[in-house]
Amino acid sequence: MILKCRKCHEPAVVNMRQHKLPLCAAHFLEWIPEQTQRTIEKYRLFTRTDRVLVAVSGGKDSLSLWDILKQLGYQADGMTLQLGIDEGLQYSDQSHHFIEKFIGDFWPGSILHTVDVKSAYGESIPEVARRTDRGNARPCSVCGLIKRHEMNRLAHELGYDVLVTGHNLDDEASVLWSNVLNWQIDSLVRQAPILPADRPGLARKAKPLCRCYERDMAAYAVLRGIAYIYDECPFALHATSLQHKAALNDLENKHAGAKLQFYLGFLNARERGLFTLPEEDAPALRTCERCGQPTGTTAGLCTFCRLWDKKQAVVK
Amino acid sequence: MIKVIYRNKQWKVPGRRTVREVIEAVGLNPAMVLAVRNGKLVLDSEMLGDDGELKLIAVISGG
Repeated sequence: MILKCRKCHEPAVVNMRQHKLPLCAAHFLEWIPEQTQRTIEKYRLFTRTDRVLVAVSGGKDSLSLWDILKQLGYQADGMTLQLGIDEGLQYSDQSHHFIEKFIGDFWPGSILHTVDVKSAYGESIPEVARRTDRGNARPCSVCGLIKRHEMNRLAHELGYDVLVTGHNLDDEASVLWSNVLNWQIDSLVRQAPILPADRPGLARKAKPLCRCYERDMAAYAVLRGIAYIYDECPFALHATSLQHKAALNDLENKHAGAKLQFYLGFLNARERGLFTLPEEDAPALRTCERCGQPTGTTAGLCTFCRLWDKKQAVVK
Repeated sequence: MIKVIYRNKQWKVPGRRTVREVIEAVGLNPAMVLAVRNGKLVLDSEMLGDDGELKLIAVISGG
């Protein structure tokens, strides 16, 4: 049986089983930006007068997001971090190559801000991870910390109204799954399509692809002709988050729409106030005395600034 | 037989079944791959012949 596009009755190339919606290539390439726009409006992520900074990594989600926002007419510039991950694959260099190629192929003249971690702070991500005790020789923990800090810093310092990331529904559902398995109440309270800039030094953050399946974002990149980094980060192999995604996809394969229902059910419960902490339980945050970003540390520097202080101590 | 390619792996599997059945036959989850035949995306429900190549793209990738 040949499935037909719901809109034009040509043969479909994508069937979004969670929406019972088969579409041809042309209508699928229209549908994903429309869905993104609906998400932006529903959660009031940002408006067309806002200056938007897109965190791009060379992967399918972030490049597609940048492409979609440009198509939708948003003032979207890009930012990327040169992490210095090589491991025989030149992973970071390859990632950067795909970003440059995307700009050249689709949106020439776009603004891209690049932070080279080693040039800025003296060490690449793997080097910091080897020196510090965070992550037991795997740099994912250090990498996440540095990325969050630097993305926030750049968005704040350059005066962007919002920082957006390419987190898709599978990313959000797997984080939710992990938060529920471990009953990470503080993380459940914070998980949302929008994080307001409600403290000094904090940029507003949004996830416009949070209602799009990862599979559909891969299909978008393929059909649109966006070349992206296909290999996983060499340090991400065996990551727990990938195991959580696989578990959710086992469920999805048997029950189409399971991931969507899981995540949207959570957001609905959140809107009804089921995941709010009493004010006295809200985590106490202060301002880091060096970088000015909010921190949960009890005194002195934030965790990011302490990373580099430890380096100076070793050098001395 | 159909040649199935996924990352750096290859299989030969009997054809005359759907893309979905072929994906499951090589031990992968259809929710986690896209199928490409003759350079074009194909649906899970598409019936395959008994020859040619099916390339599977992992939907979880770098970035």
